[in-house]
Amino acid sequence: MTPHVILRVVSKFLIPLIAIFAFYVQFHGDFGPGGGFQAGVILAASVILYALIFGLDAAKKALPPSWVRIGMMLGVIVYGGTGVATWLVGGNFLEYGAFTPEHPDHGIHLGILAVEVGVLLAVASVMVAIFYAFGSRQPDLTDEDW
Amino acid sequence: MSPTIILDIGFMAMLVVVAFAIVRLRSLFAIVMLQGVYSLVSAAWFVSLDAVDVAFTEAAVGAGVSTVLMLAAMLLADRESRPVPMSQQIGPLVIVVLAGLAMFYALGDMPAYGDAHSPANAYVGMDYIELTQKDTPHIPNVVTTVLASYRGYDTFGEAVVIFSAGLGVLLLLGLNGNAGKWRAQPNGTRIAAAPAPAARKRPMPKDAPKPTSKPKTVSTTKAKAKSKKGGKS
Repeated sequence: MTPHVILRVVSKFLIPLIAIFAFYVQFHGDFGPGGGFQAGVILAASVILYALIFGLDAAKKALPPSWVRIGMMLGVIVYGGTGVATWLVGGNFLEYGAFTPEHPDHGIHLGILAVEVGVLLAVASVMVAIFYAFGSRQPDLTDEDW
Repeated sequence: MSPTIILDIGFMAMLVVVAFAIVRLRSLFAIVMLQGVYSLVSAAWFVSLDAVDVAFTEAAVGAGVSTVLMLAAMLLADRESRPVPMSQQIGPLVIVVLAGLAMFYALGDMPAYGDAHSPANAYVGMDYIELTQKDTPHIPNVVTTVLASYRGYDTFGEAVVIFSAGLGVLLLLGLNGNAGKWRAQPNGTRIAAAPAPAARKRPMPKDAPKPTSKPKTVSTTKAKAKSKKGGKS
């Protein structure tokens, strides 16, 4: 058992709250500050905190690197795909109003939601990927190594 | 003087103090931590300037993730920075002083603090605020509509930039790294010991499908080596 008991207990309480806060920021971005970028970073921060406290291997078990790799691409595809979808319904690239021609504002709302999901996926996955890439370069450090 | 102005000046003074501490310190760990403090203080300052979206991003990216990434990068390098001799510090000092003087010179042309008719508040900004209320009555936050709808192309570009940044890191370092087989020596100089796993996993020349001319050259070089060896012995 490693000595950081307080850190482990507190972070175990905090990490789910951080993840939920990320989704709150994501879906409350219409009304308050926030959006895909911030939510993605916060979501990645929860994973990174987990990796810092419980070790990189535990984090890789919880969020496998292959998911991260797929999430990176999926984020950009969701964003670009929304633009392609607007083409298919007869609008310009990323002209969300074309989804619902009678009520353009509903289409814009939908389009923004889809696009923000893409940004969330891309940002969160890239942040975790960069952390994995750097963190995996050497085995876990003990406290004395600092 | 209003209390928010005093607060702003206090935050800026703290930023200056932290910046000087970062310049003076030699321990990279302390410097990375102070950079996080710098980002957090500037985030607090942005809140006081009513730029909550920017403050949010600064706190999450600047104080959170970039601190962790700097720490991760520091793990692969030294723990202390080498002191720079005084003779090499004069050039940068001159440049910094000149740039600072130029900024003070340009200060006269800046709009006054909180000026409602400043260029940032006058032209496109007002248009976006009016358009948002007309186009998307369900989305009161102007920042979101500007970011994702009116400037959707820009944000797509940003997402692609982030994606390619991640891709670059993955191509250089690999997602799994080569943990366990590769060991950095934090305060030593040697960084790389064994070759990366990608280099070692390359199939040996015997198994690899080769063009027809290649075996000949291999065999000739081998023969040459053999003959050399034989000659020597």
